[in-house]
Amino acid sequence: MGDTAGMAVPHFMASGMGGIRTAGDLVARMEYSQNMKIGKAKEYVAKKLGISTLEIADEYIMRGLREDLKIGVVTGVPGAPRGIAAKMNIERLLDIKINSCEIFREMTKR
Amino acid sequence: MAEYYTRMGDGSRVLMTKEKILNDIQAGMADAADMGGLPDLTPNDIEKLFEIISDRNRVVGVEPGNEVVLTYDIGQLDFTGDNGNSGNGVDVGRMESALLHERALGADTFELAHADYSIKPVKPVISNEMQTMEEIQNEIVAPYFYGAMPNAGLYYAPDGPYGNPADLMREFKIDEAMAAAEATADHLARDIEYVATRLIAAGADGFNFDTTASAGDADAVGTFKGVSALRKACPDAYINVGMAGESVMGIHGSIEFDGQIVAGTYPHQQVKFAQKAGANVFGPVVNTNTSKSLAWNLGRAVTFIKECVKVAEIPCHVNMGMGVGGIPMCETAPIDAVTRCNKAMVEIAKVDGV
Repeated sequence: MGDTAGMAVPHFMASGMGGIRTAGDLVARMEYSQNMKIGKAKEYVAKKLGISTLEIADEYIMRGLREDLKIGVVTGVPGAPRGIAAKMNIERLLDIKINSCEIFREMTKR
Repeated sequence: MAEYYTRMGDGSRVLMTKEKILNDIQAGMADAADMGGLPDLTPNDIEKLFEIISDRNRVVGVEPGNEVVLTYDIGQLDFTGDNGNSGNGVDVGRMESALLHERALGADTFELAHADYSIKPVKPVISNEMQTMEEIQNEIVAPYFYGAMPNAGLYYAPDGPYGNPADLMREFKIDEAMAAAEATADHLARDIEYVATRLIAAGADGFNFDTTASAGDADAVGTFKGVSALRKACPDAYINVGMAGESVMGIHGSIEFDGQIVAGTYPHQQVKFAQKAGANVFGPVVNTNTSKSLAWNLGRAVTFIKECVKVAEIPCHVNMGMGVGGIPMCETAPIDAVTRCNKAMVEIAKVDGV
């Protein structure tokens, strides 16, 4: 689907979790890695974050929490982990393995 | 009598009364129920659907707490593609596109794509795709897939090595047409394994199979076989299987996956093939009828998808692009229609994602 203003934006506004703006990437990882349906995936992530399932899609709460947990933020913050570094912190937070992190570890093994 | 602004399936505006909207919802629902042998929507579902469609606001959204995960097709082609993909024609890089979706457009997941967005043309440039995947994985945080259409049509003459079943059937060469479809399914499965395992080795979180069965039942069987092989080779890969239509076309007619004929199946049956093959998430599709109203199309689409979600053991991310999921079939889908269809799928059909 193209037409970003007519597809990506309205879908995000209508029901999207918001990705790394909130905890959408984390919930997605639980759906895909564990076949969890949305309710169960949200409960798992909320429990790991120590907040409610309502709060995990609240950008006011998640912006600060993501920076504290070093799991990637949407704004440009010098020194804040992103990419592989943020994903390694997500692995520990969610108790999962992420493919690109596994490959990175393998590449840096001595 | 009060009238409400709503849409036709081609995107044009139309004014409808409450009675007309309700009649169309019920007619769309009845069409799906009849085709798929599905239960009707409940009276509460129908009332809620009317409330969503008749909302006086330009855009609508789900209640806080009902948010879902979004997945995408065509990757960066939404920016770079031509109008065949409703693309913007802006030649932005694939890294920039991925990071803009992650950090500026609220994407929960995203994907890398080849300009031709099909499995077959990726093969000659696989090293290039692996290199780009590795580079973007170093920067992105959200789950990042590789996406492509199985697109079995590229394996038939004049584009591929096998006879074209449509041409062969016109010549009454039925056995040859079926043999060509079977050979194509096996070739597609081999190519899926070749392409997908290499991209997973380059760090991809997973693979998004988009518009599965666009070339009919052999396309579907080839994809399910390829997904099975990928699952075996990469047990932890995230696999998304999205369909092309609400019913699988019987180009072969009797080709099977897991001992079941695939032709003629509907979303609540297709999901079982995807589960068996090893998909983590299934993307059901219901096509839009451009001659009918949004109310008719959405009533029909929600009826199909609600049953699919109900029987699915894996999450379902319903396809909601132009011309699917109740959304009008036009190049620039109206945002009033898009948000109404989105809310209905999340709060009535109870999808796990879009």
